[in-house]
Amino acid sequence: MSDETLNTSSANARETFYEATAGRIGIHNMSLILALLVLLVLFGTLRGDVFFSMRNFLNMGMGIAILGVLAISQTAVVISGRMDISVGSIVGLTTVATATAIQATDSATLGIFFGILVGALAGLFNGTIITYGRVNHIIVTLGTMAIFRGVAFIISDGQSISIFNDTFRLIGIGRFLGIPMPIWILILTAIVFHIFLSKSIVGRNFYAIGGNPIVARFAGINLSRYSIGTFVMSGAVAGIGGILLAARTGSGQPISGSQGLELEAITAAFLGGCAMQGGKGSVIGALLGVAVIGILNNGMILTSVPTFYQLLAKGSLLILAVVFAEFQQNRQ
Amino acid sequence: MQNTISMTNISKRFGVVQALADVEVTFTPGEVLALVGENGAGKSTLMRILEGVFPPDTGSVLIDGQPVVFGQTREAHARGIRVIHQEPEIVPDMSVAENIYIGELPRVGRAFLDRSRLKRDTLALLKDFGMADELDPDQSCERIGPAQRQMIEIIRAVRAGGQFIAFDEPTSSLTDDEARRLFRIIRRLREEGKAIVYISHRLNEVVDLADQVAVLRDGRIVSQTQVAEETTESIARKMVGRELSTLFSRRPSKQNRAVLEVRDLSSAAIENISLTINAGEVVGLGGLMGAGRSELAKAIFGYDKITGGTVHMEGKALAANNTAAAIQAGIGFAPEDRKHEALLLMRSILDNGAIVIPDLVSRYGLFDRQSAKNLVGEAARAMKIKAPSLDTQVSDLSGGNQQKVVLARWLARSPKVLILDEPTRGIDVGAKSEIYKLIDDLAASGIAILLISSEMPELMGLADRVLVMADGKITAELEGDAINEEEILLHAMPSASMVA
Repeated sequence: MSDETLNTSSANARETFYEATAGRIGIHNMSLILALLVLLVLFGTLRGDVFFSMRNFLNMGMGIAILGVLAISQTAVVISGRMDISVGSIVGLTTVATATAIQATDSATLGIFFGILVGALAGLFNGTIITYGRVNHIIVTLGTMAIFRGVAFIISDGQSISIFNDTFRLIGIGRFLGIPMPIWILILTAIVFHIFLSKSIVGRNFYAIGGNPIVARFAGINLSRYSIGTFVMSGAVAGIGGILLAARTGSGQPISGSQGLELEAITAAFLGGCAMQGGKGSVIGALLGVAVIGILNNGMILTSVPTFYQLLAKGSLLILAVVFAEFQQNRQ
Repeated sequence: MQNTISMTNISKRFGVVQALADVEVTFTPGEVLALVGENGAGKSTLMRILEGVFPPDTGSVLIDGQPVVFGQTREAHARGIRVIHQEPEIVPDMSVAENIYIGELPRVGRAFLDRSRLKRDTLALLKDFGMADELDPDQSCERIGPAQRQMIEIIRAVRAGGQFIAFDEPTSSLTDDEARRLFRIIRRLREEGKAIVYISHRLNEVVDLADQVAVLRDGRIVSQTQVAEETTESIARKMVGRELSTLFSRRPSKQNRAVLEVRDLSSAAIENISLTINAGEVVGLGGLMGAGRSELAKAIFGYDKITGGTVHMEGKALAANNTAAAIQAGIGFAPEDRKHEALLLMRSILDNGAIVIPDLVSRYGLFDRQSAKNLVGEAARAMKIKAPSLDTQVSDLSGGNQQKVVLARWLARSPKVLILDEPTRGIDVGAKSEIYKLIDDLAASGIAILLISSEMPELMGLADRVLVMADGKITAELEGDAINEEEILLHAMPSASMVA
């Protein structure tokens, strides 16, 4: 509590603020970068021959592109004080929806449109029940995680639906300037969300709502509209994830490739500095979190860690990330 | 047991803030020592050190001249030191008796609760404190009021052998009757030889109750005197460290143009409320806690769901249940609970100011930091907010400065109507007088103000007109000389007690 009267032109005070902010962002992201380095050294030592190849890095990039897109939108959801556990199932559902649409019309454009639409509608379903049914968001998306997966199985009859449209497949396997398309889409998503969360009024309101919904409502923010909008956005972005997956595998599949994505996306969000009670988090943090998960996944495969143990590691990572986040919160 | 407690050479620093510096104070058994000072002067810090919440940087606590170190609150309690906090520490799910005997429940054998003895002993204590009519030992504490919660905490402290009892702002949520009862109890504790510390912003209570008064300013005790030598004015002067200008000064500013009109407004807590406020007019809203004043404000603002009636701004009806529409139409609202309803505590002054002016600080939907800095900065300077910069986190500010941030936010919007719900609650004398002056300035500039206050002098000193509420209805409209304490109280009584 300083006794000086507020003086906005005080360069001195501004410096300390920037220092403080840089310090705060730095500490969290620095620890992520440190974790990345540790993993790089670890897997580099164990399987340096394969691990440090361009091919493997592009592989990793491909592997984390879908997760990255989901983790970024999950971060926005968690900032607003919510969580969307159904995103993995929405990805599965949209691969099936997109594949079905392309089989019927042979149009890549229609397939993309339909995929995003189905994702957004799934999100609208979540948002409507959460907002107007006044049911806890975790419970609702836990329920729809099973429902959307079920719908995907029903539509596909449990079969894989093949996609033969070459234009559409370019999204998954094409390259631009030598870099695979999914990575470009991840970069684009990251830029859009970064601007959205840090610069736009709507994005700033996400932080306010997560920080304290009562204060947000007193400040004239329409909580219902934001709540529904958040889940529609989350569903639509999961739709984009579904399109990426369908384009890469050339098929619509109800479960393969999308199972467990929600776990990884939520883990990445918390690794990236989100807090359980909302109001905190950033796109850059989420990307670093995704990188940690990506390298861990890749390294565990290269070093032949059995699948069962991989699951163990993923679950532990989520819990560790939340414990770490809560610890930081309490220290403040 | 003599048990004279004193604190010597106490200093405590939090980061850059010197919260306490070389404090010397002795608490004499059988005396009430009033501890006064502006918010942030160090009163609560001193009590926390005494209670063992954290240790001092230098200095020590002495009991009968022997230094003691409390690692935990429990150890201070064991030596008879008790603090009755502003928010009573009551477990709502437990009964009155269990709360009074918490931690020392009577047992049968080793493991079983002795229910009959617990009830018998509690009843005896309740009778002793004149509470037997109001509280039942077996009653759950969930639904009992703040006054009774406080009594439970006092009874618990005495029951556990408290020899030193500190009261931190004990009357802030009490009615006058309840406060008078509390004073009787405090006087009795004094006669029983306990050392009492009384912390309060209400100086008339201090003058009434205390034997000595110690004034803390910026972490130092600037004076300790016999109350008989002081007046409320002389104490206030020492607290602020400068001459207080006349607290209330109102220029006549009421215009002949209605701005806010409320017609037959009803919600779960209010019934058929109609009122009009003109430009430049200050309308006071008096009544007891729970009369529905805050709920009326929230209904007007579109926060509480309304079940009937309309709100009109300059003749136009507002969309119901829509805070954004109310803000757009020019209503500003500073709610009573600023920490939970008004401020994002972990965010900066800038963010808290900009949150209600998104349309003024954005271009194409993107936040324009520079225009936010200009607008919020201008309002913050007008409010004389004391902070290193606009980027200071709001939780680091004192109560008075936090309230100024809330007011600055609305100033940046230039509202037509401002609803202030207990705007000076829990803030110090200096900041209070600044807010009074601001209310006068705002009214003079043509803003219509609805002022909710439980402090009679505020209503009498600031309002052109006072509406009194009881049981969710308006029971009186007072103007001119009719605005006085007796009239307001008379109409503030709920109808049930009027009949009795």
